[in-house]
Amino acid sequence: MEPNPHPPEPGGAPSADGHRSSLVLHINGVTQTLTVDHRTTLLDLLRERLGLTGAKKGCDHGQCGACTVLVDGRRANSCLLPAVAQDGRRITTVEGLAEGERLHPLQQAFLERDALQCGYCTPGQLCSGVGALAEVAAGFPSHVTPPTADPGTPVELTDDEIRERMSGNLCRCGAYPRIVEAVRDVSGGAGGQEAAR
Amino acid sequence: MKPFGYLRATSVEEAVRAAAGQPGARFLGGGTNLVDLMKLGVETPRLLIDVTRLPLDRIEELPDGGLRIGALVRNSDLAAAAAVRDRYPVLSQALLAGASGQLRNIATTGGNLLQRTRCLYFQDISKPCNKRAPGTGCPAREGVHRDLAVLGHSDHCVATQPSDMAVALAALDAEVLLHGPDEERTVPVTDFHRLPGDSPERDTVIRPGELITAVRLPPAAPGTRSRYRKARDRASYAFALASVAAVLEVRDGTVRHAALAFGGLAHRPWRARAAEEVLHGAPATEDTFARAADAELGAARPLRDNGFKVTLARNLAVDVLAGLAAPADDH
Repeated sequence: MEPNPHPPEPGGAPSADGHRSSLVLHINGVTQTLTVDHRTTLLDLLRERLGLTGAKKGCDHGQCGACTVLVDGRRANSCLLPAVAQDGRRITTVEGLAEGERLHPLQQAFLERDALQCGYCTPGQLCSGVGALAEVAAGFPSHVTPPTADPGTPVELTDDEIRERMSGNLCRCGAYPRIVEAVRDVSGGAGGQEAAR
Repeated sequence: MKPFGYLRATSVEEAVRAAAGQPGARFLGGGTNLVDLMKLGVETPRLLIDVTRLPLDRIEELPDGGLRIGALVRNSDLAAAAAVRDRYPVLSQALLAGASGQLRNIATTGGNLLQRTRCLYFQDISKPCNKRAPGTGCPAREGVHRDLAVLGHSDHCVATQPSDMAVALAALDAEVLLHGPDEERTVPVTDFHRLPGDSPERDTVIRPGELITAVRLPPAAPGTRSRYRKARDRASYAFALASVAAVLEVRDGTVRHAALAFGGLAHRPWRARAAEEVLHGAPATEDTFARAADAELGAARPLRDNGFKVTLARNLAVDVLAGLAAPADDH
């Protein structure tokens, strides 16, 4: 969880009109060289150019969390990220969480707990949950973490912690109780460790 | 969104030079506010200067016992830093009271200071707004202003500054380090954000081309405790209706040091100097804390629908100060 693990890399070469640049992205383990209009968000690039429609466009303003993906292992709202500025980053979308036919433990837990109704927010919930579990394992505090908690040691994941840490993901079906249960099921399991890969 | 150029800066000097030569340029940090405003048409840069690869992402100990926080340190990393949690808990708490986990992973220290008001009229380009389009008027005065200012506003603008982090920094006497085309300078956080007056288009005293490179925290005074408390419409992930950042030292039942700042009430983090005057040397009692809050908030001029904020801020301040004065069970 280094703050900024990537030194400047070559790339960002502008095109003749000055409104497009090329970049390299490592998406779900596949390295891709792309040329994008500077206005393209990471979300639109994933959905419209690369066919990765798992990440959803809910509000497109960073308010709903449906577009959440992992950037260098950390969750982020892809609707607010200019694609060109992600040059060299590792992007994990919901399509990249499973290993072959084996679902990520959090995906499995969502199924077992029936933690969704319409499913539109689910990819964002999953990526956010995976990122949140990694943050908990790394000792990142939240608004409800006791101030006396020891920095650098994993945070005890109470239901209040899960609700607070998942508050950036809205669910209009109201599946929150089951989402909390699913995240709780995975905490202490492999999910938090895998998230940091 | 209008097409724009993109430059990935490899040095502070290059970034500043590029910005000085291009009036329509904007620095891109995390972009959580800027990109949103571009989608809304509020910001229409001709050039984005990406500063995210500059080596400004470290938190460094200073010889005097303070901290130097690089402008690119992510909000989540700053809130989690052991030095911040141990010595400046008010700052960690303020950061964690803002936005969401995924936004805090993107948002930077410098960008947080420069985020724009969430006033609905400012964000809606079909409406007049003196901040966005000077001289067009302020519909918020008579319109939707429940979330807006009660202190320091003007006929021209009643917007509030939305950052939680800035409120804690104001109470901590932090300084903003700026690198401009001609010079480097340091501005206290309490002077960094402006009151709207007749030029609400300027949120801060930052000059064209200047880049925030760091925030500097003075050493935490021995014996002080600090806390941030925020009241909002939801339990999480909402802007402040009112918030309080407080740093307090009580010895033998007497207030020896007090720094207090309000958030959500004004166009800038509101450092409560009048309240501090009442607190200094006074007995650390609820009566003192209430008199201090009243001394500050007596100047409030609420709008039609936001008078509740004055009471809310008063109660928050009394509660936070009383908690800090009570025997230690937490910070």
